Amino acid sequence: MSGTFLGMPSFPRNAAAAVQDSQLRFNLRKATHTIRDRRLSVVGELPDWAELRQAGKAIKDHTLRHLDTYLLQMEEAVTRAGGKVHWAADAAEANRIVTGLVKATGETSVVKVKSMATQEIELNEALAEEGITAYETDLAELIVQLGDDFPSHILVPAIHRNRSEIREIFLSKMAEWGKPAPASLTDEPRALAEAARLHLRERFLSTKVAVSGANFMIAETGTLVVLESEGNGRMCLTLPETLISVVGIEKLLPRWQDLEVFLQLLPRSSTGERMNPYTSSWTGATEGQEFHLVLVDNGRTQVLADEVGRQALRCIRCSACLNVCPVYERAGGHAYGSVYPGPIGAILTPQLRGMGSELDRSLPYASSLCGACFDACPVAIDIPEVLVHLRSRARHARAERLGMRAAGWVFGKPGRLARAQRMGSRFRRLVPRRLPGPLGGWTDTREIPDIPAQSFRDWWEQTDGGRR
Amino acid sequence: MTADTPAAGSRELILSRIRAAVANAPETEIPRGYRRTRSQEGLAELLADRLDDYRATVHVVPAAQVAATVGRVLKERGVGRLVVPDGVPEEWSRAAAGEGGSQIVRDDPPLSAEELNAVDGVLTGCAVAIAETGTIVLDAGPGQGRRALTLLPDYHLCLVRIDQVAGILPEAIGRLDPARPLTWIAGPSATSDIELNRVEGVHGPRNLEVIIIDG
Ligand code: SF4
Repeated sequence: MSGTFLGMPSFPRNAAAAVQDSQLRFNLRKATHTIRDRRLSVVGELPDWAELRQAGKAIKDHTLRHLDTYLLQMEEAVTRAGGKVHWAADAAEANRIVTGLVKATGETSVVKVKSMATQEIELNEALAEEGITAYETDLAELIVQLGDDFPSHILVPAIHRNRSEIREIFLSKMAEWGKPAPASLTDEPRALAEAARLHLRERFLSTKVAVSGANFMIAETGTLVVLESEGNGRMCLTLPETLISVVGIEKLLPRWQDLEVFLQLLPRSSTGERMNPYTSSWTGATEGQEFHLVLVDNGRTQVLADEVGRQALRCIRCSACLNVCPVYERAGGHAYGSVYPGPIGAILTPQLRGMGSELDRSLPYASSLCGACFDACPVAIDIPEVLVHLRSRARHARAERLGMRAAGWVFGKPGRLARAQRMGSRFRRLVPRRLPGPLGGWTDTREIPDIPAQSFRDWWEQTDGGRR
Repeated sequence: MTADTPAAGSRELILSRIRAAVANAPETEIPRGYRRTRSQEGLAELLADRLDDYRATVHVVPAAQVAATVGRVLKERGVGRLVVPDGVPEEWSRAAAGEGGSQIVRDDPPLSAEELNAVDGVLTGCAVAIAETGTIVLDAGPGQGRRALTLLPDYHLCLVRIDQVAGILPEAIGRLDPARPLTWIAGPSATSDIELNRVEGVHGPRNLEVIIIDG
């Protein structure tokens, strides 16, 4: 990736451009609806989904409350198991640590398994500056990397590309990076996947250093857990001699047993599967490998200090909130100008970065406050509540502040929210027709998505989660 | 140097930022009202059904027919070179190597990644399986081998004894040892990255075949 998210214009300008792009809109709509339906059906299968969700929320809150203790436990357990733990206060430090570790091996390339933390700190760019090439190995990330482009969705980052575009990218770019695509390549998904398999197999067998993230870390045992579909994660975790895992400090869970909750919540919410094809866990240096864990703060402790905003740290990056969001569906992931798009991005990015830029201040307005994201979230993050809270922190016109305060009152109590959602027309008036501040540009070019006549909560109850 | 300079010792800096941030945060009780067990009835059928859903090939057979089934499926697939880790029952590998069957490759001394890559398939047992989610868990223990063995070959034949099958995920977590490297497998490797079309087989084995031994 050569570009940077930070230099991007604000959400409204990005969104205005994206909504003109009909291919992107078509793909996004298809993607979000497909995953949404799958999720509803596998979530509906579990009689105890509500209890799992409550447990997931509480385990995360408890962990965050005692994050210092659990991080120290994690450090001790990993060290005991032969791994080395590094602490990075910010992105620059994390990049310095990883670059130093790679250099110490004498290697000039690394294979990577998709990790939002490394995208957030822009590790690939930092490595490139030191002459180290980072090869992305997820099919979607590979498409994004070869296409010199930005990911647009947490789960399916290349959802903005259709099959013929992917074929074009493979044909024109694979040779520059390694094994070329066969000249006879068709745009059949199976053929495209096969080309990626061959292109990357060579690389997995020859590369000696891997960089990963992790979905969970277990404090009591020092175990890391990675969920994936393709097997490139297993390749990266298993074959190279050195493994460096870069993980946000909020990914901790206290006990091994806690996985029984999250391994049920995550795959069902994320890909709409009962279980994702592959899950790997390892503790310390494994099967002769050298193992480094880099713990990254980079703004997380700042989020933790905000009483309302800290719930965003419960996020397990499932992307369910993206798939139900009417704004995301229309604007696409790129408009959010961050590795974290959609509703979670709208509350996480400005908090991590501190709302210093026009883009970050506009993000809390990238929502119609319909509440679908909260209903979908497996760890019950009240995204509308945090949005309203952040709006009150971002500076904008007085009238809008008043409007938002009313919205804050509505969102303060679940009963009020449900009532307000039902009183559709009255609630709609709380959503300004022209979005305030920098977002105005966006509403000038298009209508704000309508709040559905029937609220999500009512629909869920009436249809038993879509099964009736 | 101010307290906020990373070089001041990032470990201490991060810990102190956390302590300041959560000083007034409330304590949370963790409610665990979710299911912890499931009845043991129909586990083989449920596991078979769920694995089939994710496009693994599944057979449920009594112990007396395992050897014959192993020999038959390998022959049908035409699996030439088959890696068999230590600890796989002799009876199974004999059946695999039977007339017209596979050529058995041992991981002793350990095969290089390139050598493994040139093998056609792998035969293993497992540590635990989970019926409700259609999942098999390997822990690199006896009969399973190190992790690369079930990763590089394109075909994986996995044998599951009925006593290894847990009903639901919480039961499996209790049976597993996190100190071991674990690989959870639910169907063959897959991607939905191209216009959300599911394609089996990107990097892991493209074909997963499971024999559940029941009775
Ligand atoms: S906020 Fe909730 S729904 Fe959205 S990605 Fe995070 S965990 Fe998933």
